[in-house]
Amino acid sequence: MSELISDLDGGGLSLPQKPVDTRHGILLYLEEVTVSFDGFKAIDNLSLYIGDGELRCIIGPNGAGKTTMMDIITGKTKPDSGRVFFGQNIDLLKLDEPAIARIGIGRKFQRPTVIEPLTVIENLELAMSGAKRLRGLMTTRLNSEERDRIAAVLERIGLSEHGGRLAGILAHGQKQWLEIGMLLMQEPRLLLVDEPVAGMTPAEMDRTAELLRSLAGSHSVVVVEHDMGFVRSIADYVTVLHQGRVLAEGQLEDLQIDPTVIEVYLGAGDAYH
Amino acid sequence: MLIPRWLLSDRAGLVLLAVLAILGIGVPILSLWTPPDHPLHLSAYTVTLLGKYLCYALLAVAVDLVWGYMGILSLGHAAFFALGGYCFGMYLMRQIGTRGVYGDPVLPDFMVFLNWKELPWYWYGFDHFSFALLMVLVVPGLLAFVFGWFAFRSRVSGVYLSIITQALTYALMLAFFRNEMGFGGNNGLTDFKDVLGYPIHDDGTRIVLFILSILALAGGYLLCRWLVSTRMGRVLVAIRDAEDRARFLGYRVEQVKVLVFTLSAMLAGIAGALYVPQVGIINPGEFAPINSIEAVIWVAVGGRGTLVGAVVGAVLINYAKSWLTGALPEVWLFALGGLFVAVTLLLPRGLIGLLRPRETTT
Repeated sequence: MSELISDLDGGGLSLPQKPVDTRHGILLYLEEVTVSFDGFKAIDNLSLYIGDGELRCIIGPNGAGKTTMMDIITGKTKPDSGRVFFGQNIDLLKLDEPAIARIGIGRKFQRPTVIEPLTVIENLELAMSGAKRLRGLMTTRLNSEERDRIAAVLERIGLSEHGGRLAGILAHGQKQWLEIGMLLMQEPRLLLVDEPVAGMTPAEMDRTAELLRSLAGSHSVVVVEHDMGFVRSIADYVTVLHQGRVLAEGQLEDLQIDPTVIEVYLGAGDAYH
Repeated sequence: MLIPRWLLSDRAGLVLLAVLAILGIGVPILSLWTPPDHPLHLSAYTVTLLGKYLCYALLAVAVDLVWGYMGILSLGHAAFFALGGYCFGMYLMRQIGTRGVYGDPVLPDFMVFLNWKELPWYWYGFDHFSFALLMVLVVPGLLAFVFGWFAFRSRVSGVYLSIITQALTYALMLAFFRNEMGFGGNNGLTDFKDVLGYPIHDDGTRIVLFILSILALAGGYLLCRWLVSTRMGRVLVAIRDAEDRARFLGYRVEQVKVLVFTLSAMLAGIAGALYVPQVGIINPGEFAPINSIEAVIWVAVGGRGTLVGAVVGAVLINYAKSWLTGALPEVWLFALGGLFVAVTLLLPRGLIGLLRPRETTT
């Protein structure tokens, strides 16, 4: 029982105390990662590096392995082989989902996932780093420092007016921003953002692009997105995934005239414009 | 401030506590200090019946904590209730001493009848009141902890978990039916004489047990209300509504589940321990799957995720059951089933939902 509580308290064995080492300027390393489901190689010898503070877009047709890749980084899926490191020193394959979240990797799901019966502020409170220790959970109030942090994030995601509203009654786009805000409350080094603008109006897309761009630099941001217009508006460096591998990497303008990329996209129909 | 804010904002809870306080004062007065022919006099039978409802209400609160807030539909909570009951029943059996039919100073009657020569080891210590009280918490808590540890770690959830909890209580029922288990088999534990030296059938003892039931329900309610109003309460809701979200926010979902499930089982155990001296018997029938299902229906009818609704549902349905099983016994199960269907279809937020304005969620 005491072991359980100490683990819940954040002092468990699986939680590395050392800070992430990014001396080489790389925050996330995926090297020769392979994972297969029932013989189907969802990820096939994938190698990918994300720089510290970089904003990277990942595109690719359905089944290219984008979501599986996120599952591997966040500990939901363990690969059959390969190495996944956070900085040079933290082996992500040795950690489970909560431990990976606590060392600074935040993940936004494709479908906006906020806790609907709770207010916007309560959602952010829930995500706050440092609040996850048992003693921190046994309180009913926010202290002033926590209130300031929440106010800052509310401002950043443009929901300052809506702090007391239930998350369930927010508009679709606002829910997406709230979820990004929850990620920010975790004070992550790396944000993994899965299709942030699906179902958004053009105005909402512009604000989201602005938000994600403002996060780069102080955070590394990996955005998986289908919407080419949106990708153009946020990232200059793009990775194209296809059949679990990196098909091409580079500036978006160069990729758009790359014959192999064009072939993959033309073959996949017109769902990606 | 005298009343903490988390309680002050809980209007329904304050009403519940006020009602419990009135019962705690009123019932003893009407029972002990009114002449038996007075129109407001409460008979020992009525006091016991009310006490029984209070125990069921505490069981319902325990079910609501795990189901209403954390989304774990336990169809086996009566097992924890029954285990708490058996632990306290074992103490009451040891208190009988030489007053049993066979007059054995150590062995309960059923063991003499089975020709057992000595007390099984797991009966040791139950002659001490404090040890028995400890076991009332430890036995259900330990079972819940071990069960939860394996079930939640393996990420068993939803309907599969419900089925396993149902199997758990059914397996315990079959085990306790066996004489070899050493818990009185089919007949269970009964014929209690006294508790802490006070005759168990005395009006005064009954009143004390009734007041203890009120205190246990109030305490259990306050504990759960406090818990769900803390950040932990928000974590429970997150686990209920978006388990993966909670996990990727860095919460150890499995551990939270095990802890709260264990706490809930302990509350159920306390309810069972108070139930047994009031009804005077505990037998394997208490493990019957239908009992756990009924507890879930109380919560659904009252309104899940409200705690107060659990109390309201448990008391109202059991009152209806007492009345209907007397008047039209064959109708009861149909009425219960019909009520469950009707509430699910027409009142998804239960009776408490009628009192509260609907929050505008999409």
